[in-house]
Amino acid sequence: MTALVELHNVGLVRSGKRILDRVDLTVGEREIVTLIGPNGAGKSSLVKVALGLDRADQGKVRRRSDLRIGYLPQRFHLDSALPMSVRRLMTLTVETTEDKLLAALDEWGVGRLIDASIHVLSGGEMQRVMLARAMLRAPNLLVLDEPTQNLDINGAVECYQIIQRIRDRTGCGVLLVSHDLNIVMAATTRVYCLNGHVCCSGHPDAVSRDPEFLRLFGPSGASTLALYAHHHDHDHAPDGHVVNDHHDHDHKHDHVHDHKHGPH
Amino acid sequence: MDDFILRALVAGCGIALLAGPLGCFVVWRRMAYFGDTLSHAALLGVAAGFALGVSPIIGVMITCIAVGALLLGFQSQSRVPTDTLLGILSHAALSFGLIAIGFMDTVRVDLMGYLFGDILAVTATDIAWIYGGAVGVLAVLAMIWRPLIALTVHADLAMAEGIAANRFKVIFMLLIAVTVALAMKIVGVLLISALLIIPTAAARRFAKGPEAMALITVVLGMIAVGAGLFYSIQWDLPSGPAIVAAATFVFVLSLLSGAGSTQPRQS
Repeated sequence: MTALVELHNVGLVRSGKRILDRVDLTVGEREIVTLIGPNGAGKSSLVKVALGLDRADQGKVRRRSDLRIGYLPQRFHLDSALPMSVRRLMTLTVETTEDKLLAALDEWGVGRLIDASIHVLSGGEMQRVMLARAMLRAPNLLVLDEPTQNLDINGAVECYQIIQRIRDRTGCGVLLVSHDLNIVMAATTRVYCLNGHVCCSGHPDAVSRDPEFLRLFGPSGASTLALYAHHHDHDHAPDGHVVNDHHDHDHKHDHVHDHKHGPH
Repeated sequence: MDDFILRALVAGCGIALLAGPLGCFVVWRRMAYFGDTLSHAALLGVAAGFALGVSPIIGVMITCIAVGALLLGFQSQSRVPTDTLLGILSHAALSFGLIAIGFMDTVRVDLMGYLFGDILAVTATDIAWIYGGAVGVLAVLAMIWRPLIALTVHADLAMAEGIAANRFKVIFMLLIAVTVALAMKIVGVLLISALLIIPTAAARRFAKGPEAMALITVVLGMIAVGAGLFYSIQWDLPSGPAIVAAATFVFVLSLLSGAGSTQPRQS
């Protein structure tokens, strides 16, 4: 089966600044790929390249021809000059039935808001509506840029559970961006840690038995979340340049490391 | 009612019909300055029309399309901020237009008429132009309405969902160029963007959706045209400023009216 999206050796330069450097990334059907990295690491830029909104300066981007994308942008703000109801927002680029519309909103617990003006929604409500909107197009690739922002910890856990449920039901691939460097979805197939380039990538370790985790998130949350242990083979100078560790000459300069598969 | 007043009213309502839906997009897309620049460039088009011996409307359309294309092209560069660029082009176009018209000794040009509009001098041919243009522009706008709304809400989102942004941007720019050319006679180049923006701003408080807002804008625009025309004749005012002043009163009244000021939260 060909990958939904495949990036090979992608580089991106904007205003003389190198934003992405030799990035490889693949999202296949049923896969949940989590992209993490500090602020300014180029996560959203990478997502835009993968979506085809931005053209890479180097490398190759392959998108499967039957790609149907459900996208949640990192920022969504509608100028109050444009009146719009939730219903209208949901159906901007898609024709659908009332049943499907309500089902999508209900899955995210915001069915009651269907006729509300989007200008009166809270941040969390808006986020749920936008998530429901991304699912409504029956996408085979979900691209979610920080889906848990504006949600509290319980909301975030629930959000991950719904994403996993939708993946299980529809078999779509998921590309998920998170600003949390250590805690990711337990169902994640691969984590990519990005800082301009891919620092490391691999499988997250599920931590549902870790007592510390149980205490923080409860049993349901702990089985939804996983820890990602970073295995970097290099350090970053204050300006972001990669500095190789000269005390460790044995270290392979291979950016991809295998991780032990944790229980999940 | 005298014939010339009737013609003025019919022409003015045609422009309100045209300016309403387009004006909504100008406001939603925050393109007020863009509209200003195109309409100021219209004066240059008038001069070009005379120089080439074609109708001023044709000259204006061609000039506006050229300036619009220039602006779209410049939007992707980052050496000059877009609003600065718009400001430069807007006033440069106005100045060069005035200079060019100043050179036209052989043709007598009613400069005041082009700057502030001369609704009472509207001919049957003008009306044919306005309604023909309005039908064409509104038909095209209806065709691109849904994708244009999606792009206005969030460009990246719409593009990720398969909408070709550039094509619709170019079409929309062409529609504004045609509208500017048609509205010039009624309100004058200095005030065209006011006609695009003020009725739209007044309509916002009464509208729950984009389509309703466009319709309300048309109605409020027609009220402004009617009232402006009436006082323009009554007190011998220049027609463009009278219509824009009336639109401003409509806007102030909309602020004072309570309707739509509270949007109840659904629960």
